[in-house]
Amino acid sequence: MPKPLIALVAAILLASGVSHFSGHIDPYYLDVVTGVGINVILAVSLNLVNGYTGQFSLGHAGFMSVGAYLSAAVTLLLGQKLFGEAGGTELQQGLLFLAALVVGGLGSAAAGLAVGIPSLRLKGDYLALVTLGFGEIIRVTFQNVESLGGALGLNGIPNYTTVFWVYSVAALAVFTVVCLVRSTYGRGFLATHDDEIASEAVGLDTTRYKIVAFVVGAFFAGVAGGLYGHFKLTITPTGFDFTKSIEIVVMVILGGMGNTPGVILAAILLTVLPEVLRSVDEYRMVLYSLLLIVLMLVRPKGLFNFDYARIFARLRGGRAPGN
Amino acid sequence: MTEFLQQVLNGLSLGAIYALIALGYTMVYGVLRFINFAHSDVFMVGAFIGYYVGEHLPAGTVWGGLVVLAAAMAGCAVLGILIERLVYRPLRGGPTLNVLITAIGMSLFLEYSGQLVFGATPRAFPSIFPSKVISVHGLIISMNQVIVILVASVLMVALELTVYRTKIGTAMRAVALNPKAAQLVGINIDVVISFTFGLGSMLAAAGGVLYALNYPSIDPLMGVVPGLKAFVAAVLGGVGNIPGAALGALILGMVETFVDGSRFSTYKDAIAFAILIGILLFRPAGLLGRFATEKV
Amino acid sequence: MSLPILELDKVTIRFGGLTAVDALDLTVQEGDLVGLIGPNGAGKTTVFNLVAGVYQPTSGSVRSGGVDLVGRRVNEVVEAGIARTFQNIRLFKSLSVFDNVRVACNLHRTTSAVQALVRMGGYHADEAAITRRVDELLELFHLVKYRDWPATTLPYGEQRRLEIVRCLATQPKLLLLDEPAAGMNPSEKDELMALIKRIHSEFRLSILLVEHSMKVVMGVCQRVAVLDYGEKIAEGTPAEIQRDPKVIEAYLGEPHEKGFAHH
Ligand SMILES: Nc1ncnc2c1ncn2[C@@H]1O[C@H](COP(=O)(O)OP(=O)(O)OP(=O)(O)O)[C@@H](O)[C@H]1O
Ligand SMILES: [Mg+2]
Repeated sequence: MPKPLIALVAAILLASGVSHFSGHIDPYYLDVVTGVGINVILAVSLNLVNGYTGQFSLGHAGFMSVGAYLSAAVTLLLGQKLFGEAGGTELQQGLLFLAALVVGGLGSAAAGLAVGIPSLRLKGDYLALVTLGFGEIIRVTFQNVESLGGALGLNGIPNYTTVFWVYSVAALAVFTVVCLVRSTYGRGFLATHDDEIASEAVGLDTTRYKIVAFVVGAFFAGVAGGLYGHFKLTITPTGFDFTKSIEIVVMVILGGMGNTPGVILAAILLTVLPEVLRSVDEYRMVLYSLLLIVLMLVRPKGLFNFDYARIFARLRGGRAPGN
Repeated sequence: MTEFLQQVLNGLSLGAIYALIALGYTMVYGVLRFINFAHSDVFMVGAFIGYYVGEHLPAGTVWGGLVVLAAAMAGCAVLGILIERLVYRPLRGGPTLNVLITAIGMSLFLEYSGQLVFGATPRAFPSIFPSKVISVHGLIISMNQVIVILVASVLMVALELTVYRTKIGTAMRAVALNPKAAQLVGINIDVVISFTFGLGSMLAAAGGVLYALNYPSIDPLMGVVPGLKAFVAAVLGGVGNIPGAALGALILGMVETFVDGSRFSTYKDAIAFAILIGILLFRPAGLLGRFATEKV
Repeated sequence: MSLPILELDKVTIRFGGLTAVDALDLTVQEGDLVGLIGPNGAGKTTVFNLVAGVYQPTSGSVRSGGVDLVGRRVNEVVEAGIARTFQNIRLFKSLSVFDNVRVACNLHRTTSAVQALVRMGGYHADEAAITRRVDELLELFHLVKYRDWPATTLPYGEQRRLEIVRCLATQPKLLLLDEPAAGMNPSEKDELMALIKRIHSEFRLSILLVEHSMKVVMGVCQRVAVLDYGEKIAEGTPAEIQRDPKVIEAYLGEPHEKGFAHH
């Protein structure tokens, strides 16, 4: 079996092991750990779009909400029908949840396709705006659809999300992004990021790359939304607003666009930090916005990204390559 | 018929406000080729300056209203120039993505520090101009609407004169056409860009005060939706094209007002987005814009 | 004789009021090494952009092997076997030298994106073959020692060479080179001439070369076409071109350090 696949299976086994003993973990820490995992999924998948491919999406929370609503609808509606009041066995629930997550992910990916096709043909600024507008439209739609709970949202979602599910999906997201990006095919994402015209001049279909990145990103955002819904047990349209999107964007930028380990670190940091600093919660968005500006001014490649060119030159004996 | 005229009037005043915001987006895009996300928040700051100044002036007088407008415009001109000088300028010439991120950061910073400073709860905007409602054959004309249309028209004519009849306006157009060549003929690009930001922010501030007059409550996030729509208006007219922005804004204002008055009124806020997607798909250069082929 | 590998027929393009290329006829036969010269702003790069699909002609047709290229997208032109370099070097700056060439091998990948994801179904064999091909190319063009350098940290001349190698990785039939000698010193130019001749013979490529250095153009081209203000004013062997009064006038009329008269 190929090495990355072995790593993936190992990670999933590990997650299920930890999950097995989760009864012995303080519920508060368990919540934080689950939150970290969900944010890792979100940040790593957004990094494929905003980082590796250089297309700036501000709609990740919108895609997350599509997945959250769809998968909650699946477990709420089908769960009742299939299992009745008894609630079904653990295996039945697990399979239903898996189906719900897949439906959520695919629905979100379809939304990604619908938003991506018109806007990805154009320059990045437009994408940022269209995705921002899309997020708002989605929110308004959910607020107005009575069968999905309207402004009150959906309640009584079954408590299916465990450490096993979250970290298995997180491992799958990391696996997907890393394997894609390292392959010859996937180098095209980085080429598209660097120079679209030159990419096309070596035969790459940049529009297609952008759409693939967008759809894969949306898929994982949708699955993360499903996990989130079955973790919080209630979802409201306002829970997936613009500030949530920004939070994920900040993780990607802090970690360093196109740097998966850095982005994972940043996702962990930015999930744990607010827990520690609850007292300054009202300053959170101000801090995030300042962080964006200051990072772009002094360290545009992120906190956890290093100047490989310079390190390289030093290794080669002091002379900086180029100028 | 009266109802139709009523809708036209409402659409006109809404479009006039969109136009004031859209012009700032388009001018900055013209000279710098980037979307100044923080523009919609300068609009918000304009409304708040208007609020604080208006509180200290006798309400319901023309001169008081004009002082409020002038103060908001002056304050925002300074704010716009400062933002450009401190945040955007150091990044000029860098990767466009970085500039975009910074602009988004700036926008969020204004919104959320606004919430800290002004508080998040909406407040009522004082009626700074004389408020009167006249009825002509059943057509209801509010004084505020008249003021919006009047002020917006005067400002747009002034803008037209500035851009086409003054030296700095000519320089602005030169920079928009070709920044390198403009620099070669001795135009100081920094001055032109500062001026553009100042001018755009002034118009946005006026838009903010007028908007607050007609929808008389303001809060730190009030800029987001009108900002988004004004941007759509700019794209509709052709980003970078000044008459285009005004035209796009009028069209959008009209369409929104008519949709609002129809049985599809719940979709009013989705219309702008639908227009944006339609334009991007079928005429990405906008109504009046021409697509400049990127030089390779 | 087979159909020409490139055939421009009355190609015109206007940018606003400027006619950058005016009713240009130009033919490159399989195996040709043709030069395209002209003063600054004559429209040479624009011709490349027209062929490559970056610009669409206002009128006229561009064909390759009888197939119409007008309306095709840039990557589709590459698929049709035409690759180009850029006057202002455009390497991928976040990729290494190796990856700059590797990414250009995507056209000839045998496995799909999904196979890349699950790393199965011949993926490893395909990647190994690509790696081998890239390393061979780097070896052949003396870039192996920079293999893992970030591409834009290479010395200038090497960056130009890398761009050519990147083109070759797409396995083109026709190569468009835009001022490959720009910024090179005389000895680098000699090397470049040898390189062009070698590509031409070893890879059995047709080449269309835009170049200001007359030494290079006259040294390698079999035939030369001259553009001035978007119009073709002469075409012939290097010797004929050098004697052509219209050509001399075009260059003398616009004195320029890189100009014809100085060589
Ligand atoms: N996208 C464009 N929009 C407007 N004008 C253009 C565009 N591309 C090229 N031009 C104009 O077309 C003319 C020809 O330019 P081109 O770059 O083809 O010249 P060139 O022969 O390659 O010159 P050089 O030797 O300096 O590279 C120039 O006047 C240039 O300004
Ligand atoms: Mg050229």
